[in-house]
Amino acid sequence: MGSKTTVPFQGTKEQEEQLLAVINELKDSKGSLMPILQKAQDIYGYLPIEVQTMIADTCGIPLEKVYGVATFYSQFSLYPKGKYKISVCLGTACYVKGSGDIYSKLQELLQIEGGQCTADGKFSLDACRCIGACGLAPVMTINDDVYGRLTADEIAGVLAKYE
Amino acid sequence: MYRSHVLVCGGTGCTSSGSLEIFELLKKEIAKNGLAEEVSVVQTGCHGLCALGPIMIVYPEATFYSMVKPEYIPEIVSEHLLKGRVVTKYVYQETVTDSGIKPLIDTDFYKKQHRIALRNCGVINPENIEEYIGTRGYEALGKVLTEMSPDDVIKCILDSGLRGRGGGGFPTGRKWQLAKDLVKGGQKYVCCNADEGDPGAFMDRSVLEGDPHVVLEAMAIAGYAIGANQGYIYVRAEYPIAVDRLNIAIRQAREYGLLGKNIFDTGFDFDIDLRLGAGAFVCGEETALMTSIEGNRGEPRPRPPFPAEKGLFEKPTILNNVETYANIPQIILNGADWFASMGTEKSKGTKVFALGGKIKNTGLVEIPMGTTLREVVEDIGGGIPNGKKFKAAQTGGPSGGCIPAEHFDIPIDYDNLIAIGSMMGSGGLIVMDEDNCMVDIAKFFLEFTVDESCGKCTPCRIGTKRLYELLDKITKGKATLEDLDKLEELCYYIKDNSLCGLGQTAPNPVLSTLRYFKDEYIAHVVEKRCPAGVCKDLLSFAIDPDKCKGCTLCARQCPAGAISGTVKEPHVINTDKCVKCGACIEKCKFGAISKK
Repeated sequence: MGSKTTVPFQGTKEQEEQLLAVINELKDSKGSLMPILQKAQDIYGYLPIEVQTMIADTCGIPLEKVYGVATFYSQFSLYPKGKYKISVCLGTACYVKGSGDIYSKLQELLQIEGGQCTADGKFSLDACRCIGACGLAPVMTINDDVYGRLTADEIAGVLAKYE
Repeated sequence: MYRSHVLVCGGTGCTSSGSLEIFELLKKEIAKNGLAEEVSVVQTGCHGLCALGPIMIVYPEATFYSMVKPEYIPEIVSEHLLKGRVVTKYVYQETVTDSGIKPLIDTDFYKKQHRIALRNCGVINPENIEEYIGTRGYEALGKVLTEMSPDDVIKCILDSGLRGRGGGGFPTGRKWQLAKDLVKGGQKYVCCNADEGDPGAFMDRSVLEGDPHVVLEAMAIAGYAIGANQGYIYVRAEYPIAVDRLNIAIRQAREYGLLGKNIFDTGFDFDIDLRLGAGAFVCGEETALMTSIEGNRGEPRPRPPFPAEKGLFEKPTILNNVETYANIPQIILNGADWFASMGTEKSKGTKVFALGGKIKNTGLVEIPMGTTLREVVEDIGGGIPNGKKFKAAQTGGPSGGCIPAEHFDIPIDYDNLIAIGSMMGSGGLIVMDEDNCMVDIAKFFLEFTVDESCGKCTPCRIGTKRLYELLDKITKGKATLEDLDKLEELCYYIKDNSLCGLGQTAPNPVLSTLRYFKDEYIAHVVEKRCPAGVCKDLLSFAIDPDKCKGCTLCARQCPAGAISGTVKEPHVINTDKCVKCGACIEKCKFGAISKK
């Protein structure tokens, strides 16, 4: 996937303590690996191999299993996301109303592909499947802001707000 | 006592268009006018008419303000709430008549609906358990625990004819009976599938956001019926509002003793935990969902053994979908006959559909089974916008198919939809008009299934990929008629040989479009033409010299420098340079540019 940037892991002592607290709280309940990975992603923003190793060692689960689960689900990311996370809905309702064009336009403007992050770490781009705001189709979100009834023409203007 | 209640929709659709800001502004403005003691502002779940969001309703009159903007609020508060004069210009115009404002229930959108599963959505504050109790909430659980045996409960659900609303349509009562009888006693589980993965369907989210307690109550009833004391709700992490409200609801139900130990003093224990999904469509399949709750990759397992015998953590388990659960308390309270009186012979009750795509009233509707597609699209949905022609309705998501105009009058139920090559699915209903290319739509769904195939079995993992490649070839004008035969053959191969429902149904979008829109496939293959004007590789742009005024706007707009011509003279497009972006068409004021 070309330019996917692998930034060196920069976890802090504080984050590690938070993670250990989470693991200690959850590890004895049944099927706790997913909730632990979800909390870990909240803490670090993504799941680099260093974090997966910590989880594997502390829980006594083989690293390959942790990695297997982390790579199975689309919500888990092994790469850091941008400061502004752009997500374009490619659910059916949005697609028939032209969200595919919105997605291509963003790739063109940001010069990255889906799943990637711009070199300056500012924007990352992902496609998602239906956030359930089908009444506003086509929809994209940037962090917590929702943009609905978009046209490809408006994209540059929207991005400019985050410069 | 408040003299007036203002309900503001806090569902995902309306919050995305700014209803939270409206909510805060209203409270501020009401306080400013000294009305805080008289008028209460309540944040509710979804009203269904998402196209008109943000929505706000003023009770007791039930005045329906739609597409509310922040700047309307001071006027609505000072005129309507203070002086009692409805601000007609901001009201949903469908409700405005010469003789005043007509009730919402009489509008085209609501008139033919019958709300059972969505009964409380948009009506109560979902974050307050007392509002749920106030609408007979938890009464069904009380009745079940104190007056009915587990067998009575199962018989009632069986007699009602309720079938699973998540897609398959398996009789809910049978599922419960199997889980109760196959293995006697021991640990059992009740699970709720809230991993609404079908893109374009959002009824489950709406129930969770608007009426979370109904799911908890129904799961407890199911727990009593099959002998389980633990429930899990597997909910999509993409639904943050639903997750919050479920957490609040579970906490409140525990505080009120409606979950936990010794419920209603009957010795019955039942508790519920949430598990967040992490974005895998296959986890909507029951065995995959259970594998995921166990903390593994969400891959399906072969059945048998069925979950009723060996499910979650290898214990007997039932899994029902959110909408199915939302019907349960009403069936217990009103009786099986009441529920069975609605719908068609083999499909009882109502079904919620998420209307989306090229339709005027996008949103959620709940209709009795047997309502025709025409009624849904034309009467409730308000038809197709911009004077375009209806082409097809897609139901069942990536597992379903497209219903063409020739079946417009078919009564919607499980069996009819299957007979015409689609399926009920979870209830997404996406309308397409003449501008949508059916080959492109089939390709869109296949791209989705390729992405979401878990990779465990070969027919699905490799087969869907090959299907996608064939479709891609067709949309690029590189396919032959032989490829069409291969496409169909491969579809049946994948259907027959895949391990789980995902693979078995993945070819449906291709098969149904081949069945009803074969001419469109042929046009792509033989004539190298996309009749709907969607597939870029097959399009060529041209300027009509009679219509072109030579304004130069298109030439300046073209990113590829493919348009040339002198001022006030007709321009021409150099098709070799043209990148087919369509920017010129959007800009042309004279409609002189066409794509074919």
